[in-house]
Amino acid sequence: MLKLENIVAGYGHITALKDISLEVPQGSIVSLIGANGAGKSTTMKTIMGLVKPTSGKVLFEGQDITGQKTHQIVHGGISLVPEGRQILQDMSVYENLEMGAYIRNDNEIEADIKKVFKRFPILDERSYQLGGTLSGGQQQMLAIGRALMARPKLLLLDEPSMGLAPLVVNEIFETIKEISAEGTTVLLVEQNVRQALKIADYAYVLETGKMVLSGPADEVRHDPRVMEAYLGGRVE
Amino acid sequence: MFLQQLVNGLTLGSLYAVLAIGLTLVFGVLNIINMAHGGIFMIGAFVGLFMVTVFDVNIFVALIVAMAIGAILGYLLEFVALRPLRKKKVSHLAPLISTIGVSIFLESLALLLWGPQTRSFPPDYIGGLIDFGAFKISMVQIIGLGVSVVLMLILNVVIKKTKIGKAIRAVSMSTETAALLGINPTMIISVTVMIASALGAAAGVLVGLSFNAIEPTMGVIIGFKGLAVLILGGLGNITGAMVGGFILGVAEIFSVAYGASTFRDAVAFGLIILLLFWRPQGLFGSKDKGGRP
Repeated sequence: MLKLENIVAGYGHITALKDISLEVPQGSIVSLIGANGAGKSTTMKTIMGLVKPTSGKVLFEGQDITGQKTHQIVHGGISLVPEGRQILQDMSVYENLEMGAYIRNDNEIEADIKKVFKRFPILDERSYQLGGTLSGGQQQMLAIGRALMARPKLLLLDEPSMGLAPLVVNEIFETIKEISAEGTTVLLVEQNVRQALKIADYAYVLETGKMVLSGPADEVRHDPRVMEAYLGGRVE
Repeated sequence: MFLQQLVNGLTLGSLYAVLAIGLTLVFGVLNIINMAHGGIFMIGAFVGLFMVTVFDVNIFVALIVAMAIGAILGYLLEFVALRPLRKKKVSHLAPLISTIGVSIFLESLALLLWGPQTRSFPPDYIGGLIDFGAFKISMVQIIGLGVSVVLMLILNVVIKKTKIGKAIRAVSMSTETAALLGINPTMIISVTVMIASALGAAAGVLVGLSFNAIEPTMGVIIGFKGLAVLILGGLGNITGAMVGGFILGVAEIFSVAYGASTFRDAVAFGLIILLLFWRPQGLFGSKDKGGRP
């Protein structure tokens, strides 16, 4: 469904991605793991058109979307839950969800907001509260709900577990599994390697801008290098 | 006397508020101070005047035409002076200079087209005073206050309730997040500068009508006043611009009424300085965001 071919990208003189390729098959969950500064977020930004690659291609459903603007890519069916949630602070929870459906013109928007509220009842309780006043976990739920409001074919999640309490992290990962089961393809960037590998079908390991390992998540999980570097040396 | 001055002050203040809302809208989406706002204000005043004197239309038609021309100028301003700089990702000072350039261009254009002399609306164009006993109010004031309040109400509904208004707010909060929601930031920025410039042009017609003095340089001092209101209210804050506008208007009128007519601007600006000592982030700005709402 999504394919990155030999992407080279960076900021100014710094090359953050050095010739990386990646594939996300339809219906799967793909995890992209790696340490801080490995280039995970840059990969996401390149897919969304926020960073322009110096070479390489981004293909979505067979179409080259490399030069497209961010909002066009969203219209094409990809939504990103950005790092740090990026909630619209001065808008209510309800308005944030409405903004998620900005690209839609159908009359099922309200019904979809109800679905998000069903998935995250706490958001229903807080629906008139300003986005900026929510806790980190609630903001993450809102960010995911908002991205789903666009009815994306492919959902990108950039570090959804960052800074959250362990119980909330579990809830978020459960939600990601549900979303995938409902038919949305997922590309997940995570530092919480253990959880990310558990729910994924495929995994890629990124180190300082290079793809060092890839394969079915189970294999990656048992790779000695991954076990040593990311899983504390123990097999689960 | 007091009530009369208050009425005068609020009327003037409503015009400043409309003017400053234009500045604050642009600051919201672009984080820049639009120094060409005064120039568009001045062109608006001239367009209004010529609609009335040459085409003999009523003041509301003149206002609408001035606002339409203002919007077109706003589009050109954004396209010529702001968008190219944004694409090159230059510092925030560059658009400040480029908008000053546009402002000088507009002033020179007005000088070329209409000459340096002060012009005014035909005498008795709008009609006289209405006596309420405790205070008198002129038709000019009623139109100024009424139109300003209506424009502010419409803007409020647009910003709060409509899809485009919500998109403007989203872009004000974060351009990148807005784009990730499928909003085209370039289009929204363009629309915002157009709305802001239409408001600036409307303020031009109303101020031209109130002071009955229209000249190519009128945009300069009024531009500074708009700036003062912008900072007083809190950068990018629409409510702040409204309240700030009324404060400046009332302060100015009272300083004239109670003694210091030659110092009206000094007194008004002095008051703003004092208010800023008390709240450096502006009345409605929050401290941790550098005066932004």
